[in-house]
Amino acid sequence: MIIPIEHFLIVSASLFVIGVFGIFLNRKNVIIILMSIELILASVNINFVVFSSYLGDLVGQVFAMFILTVAAAEAAIGLAILVCFYRLRNSIFIEDANTMKG
Amino acid sequence: MIALYFFYFFAFTAILSSFLVIFANNPVHSVLWLILTFFSVAGFFILVGAEFLALLLMIVYVGALAVLFLFVVMMLNINFAGLRSGVAQYLPFGILIGLVIFIELILAFVPWDFKEQTINNLSSPINLSEANTVALGKVVYTDYFFLFQCAGIILLIAMIGSIVLTLRSRPDVKRQNITEQIFRNPNSSIEVKDINPGEGI
Repeated sequence: MIIPIEHFLIVSASLFVIGVFGIFLNRKNVIIILMSIELILASVNINFVVFSSYLGDLVGQVFAMFILTVAAAEAAIGLAILVCFYRLRNSIFIEDANTMKG
Repeated sequence: MIALYFFYFFAFTAILSSFLVIFANNPVHSVLWLILTFFSVAGFFILVGAEFLALLLMIVYVGALAVLFLFVVMMLNINFAGLRSGVAQYLPFGILIGLVIFIELILAFVPWDFKEQTINNLSSPINLSEANTVALGKVVYTDYFFLFQCAGIILLIAMIGSIVLTLRSRPDVKRQNITEQIFRNPNSSIEVKDINPGEGI
């Protein structure tokens, strides 16, 4: 492999941190928070696939495939809950989600 | 050498576009930057020889997930200007947390080397003579068949769940009731009137 594995790890760590940062930055907008979670999952996927390829073991790619499945399911459910919430409150402010006094 | 240039190109695009995902004022632009980020990640996957996952990422994320996000963003009538307020309040704390996590991840940046013995512990070694898709299929449909079925069930549950969550019965809309239609008979639906000529009903 020409590209050192650390290069991939640095990019993946940066994507992870940007995702976490996005959750803190857009605390009011649920849609951007969901997108930040997708960014975090993508960075995890990069690590899985890169290690699988450099180690010569295919299992990492299989696991990345399952992460992809779960990410898609999670986004679909999250957006469905968001649509429900919007119908109930006519907004997507997270501050309005205080019915359970959590 | 050209692989390294491609890597830097993809890395630059991925980091820049993921920054724009969280900083864009319009969520529609955020979704479009997210698509660009996933394209770059797919580029990484192709660089390390995982073509099947790269194409899967493009199909699942760009083809389905991003379109889902776009639908939701465009269907809901949201005042996005109000959602941006208070960013300055969260910015210092967010930067602090981000820096702490980045420093904790610094373990990843030291040079990596795999021990010689790891070759004995691989559960499904990559055979470079066969295509990535073929190799993945041989593993997924044999060793990980149960997990594969579980993934299918997760997707089914997600589909049913999102339909149940967003379905609502609207009383003002006429709907077809097939049972009612089938169980109609002439006695209940036709009334015979005997009309005399020139009189009307």
